[in-house]
Amino acid sequence: MNHRTALYPLHIEWGAKVVPFAGWDMPLHYGSQIAEHHAVRRCAGLFDVSHMAVVDISGADARPFLRQLLANDVAKLEHPGQALYSCMLNEAAGIIDDLIAYLRPGGRYRLVMNAGNRAGDLAWLRIRAASFEVRIRARGNLAILALQGPDAEKILIQVLDTPLGVAGAKLAPFHGVWKGEWLIARTGYTGEDGFELILPNAAAVELATDLHDAGVIPVGLGARDTLRLEAALNLHGSDMDESLNPLETGLGWTVAWEPEEREFIGRDALGASREHGAAWRRAGLVLDGPGIPRGGQLVHFVDGSQGVVTSGGFSPTLAKGIALARIPADCAGADTMEIEIRGRRVAAHRIRPPFVARGAGLQGAEVVA
Amino acid sequence: MSEIPGDLKYAKTHEWVRREDDGRVTIGITDHAQEELGDLVYVEQPELDRELAAAEDMAVVESVKAASDLYSPVTGRVVEVNEALADTPELINSDPYGEGWILRLQPAADADFDALLDSEGYAAVAAAGDD
Repeated sequence: MNHRTALYPLHIEWGAKVVPFAGWDMPLHYGSQIAEHHAVRRCAGLFDVSHMAVVDISGADARPFLRQLLANDVAKLEHPGQALYSCMLNEAAGIIDDLIAYLRPGGRYRLVMNAGNRAGDLAWLRIRAASFEVRIRARGNLAILALQGPDAEKILIQVLDTPLGVAGAKLAPFHGVWKGEWLIARTGYTGEDGFELILPNAAAVELATDLHDAGVIPVGLGARDTLRLEAALNLHGSDMDESLNPLETGLGWTVAWEPEEREFIGRDALGASREHGAAWRRAGLVLDGPGIPRGGQLVHFVDGSQGVVTSGGFSPTLAKGIALARIPADCAGADTMEIEIRGRRVAAHRIRPPFVARGAGLQGAEVVA
Repeated sequence: MSEIPGDLKYAKTHEWVRREDDGRVTIGITDHAQEELGDLVYVEQPELDRELAAAEDMAVVESVKAASDLYSPVTGRVVEVNEALADTPELINSDPYGEGWILRLQPAADADFDALLDSEGYAAVAAAGDD
């Protein structure tokens, strides 16, 4: 029996096609994945992402613990609600998971991690916390809603007509506001403006109902994947895993090298990779011919080198096949290649990700030279 | 519940078959299949005049979710493909038994239509797949 989120009855009421995902019964779509995708790019959509793992870190050593645990530096978080995207690395700098860390009032923190990595992440946290005075608490009674799209701000203040809603609407990207068990943050996984709200289950059902009544369409995991792919946001388990480091997956920008004395886990291995040059690069590919690239397909370069598609699919915004790929660092200068799709080689060209930002396609605008 | 017209024949791999008056057969995928696949975004058609054995790979349909092989329900030669699907593969979602047809075959003399399912037989297959 899979887990179900507090919104499960609403998903059924809204006509969801429910599929198992990381041990949860989750909505894949509510009729048309493409219509849901366009709704988020053009107006707004509502996602239930309550399956994600919420872990609270408190105690006297919470800050030094996380400064050692994460490749990005939580010392950058100055105000409660502020958010930081980071990789959690092993000693070899392989990516155990990616996560968002939020600062809570009173010097505590909240981590939001991938549902599929929940058990492994918690085990790692507990092992690495042994020498710190911290409390690690996996939360089970909270829901996570994501309200994403250009109309998200307008809808938030319309539906959540409270001082908290008004404060939420004023947030800058990657900032948040806490009130009791509620957190509203200007974060997301779509490449659009929007909010993620973490709140008690009962309140989430009520809020989701109000948002739906206000005309916000629910969006399933299917469109969540095509939206994040267009935004070139990595998916753990596809575009990155423990065999790859952040420099090899387009996430060098998330590594806080300064201050030099901060000894985060994986720093030595990552430093060596930086010095000698990473073996792989992440690339964004747009298919020039017919077909849909899929994860695992080979990428061929003129000189015989090969890369691999890590995530591929149909871009509803561009109406083309697009892919994130891992390519040899030696091929980083090549801007054309072929993707081997079911025994057929189809021409593709490289762009500087993302493929789509704030509703508009960027394909071809910045061809990597 | 998906629609399963009573006047068509079906393969257990979710293709439907309609025998036309001119002796040719029109083939598509069922309403149940398009529902399972989700929004269709690309169709790869076979070359005209290709000879297909029954149960041979015939075409590929790709949805937002994944690529799926279609299998020829009977032995025959490809005489027509639905060109409209190149630009509007979503016709398969909106009208799987009409405008969303995939291709037409000239069946071989020994084409075995008796092995195909009727609507009741296919309904059982579709229901069993909903696990």
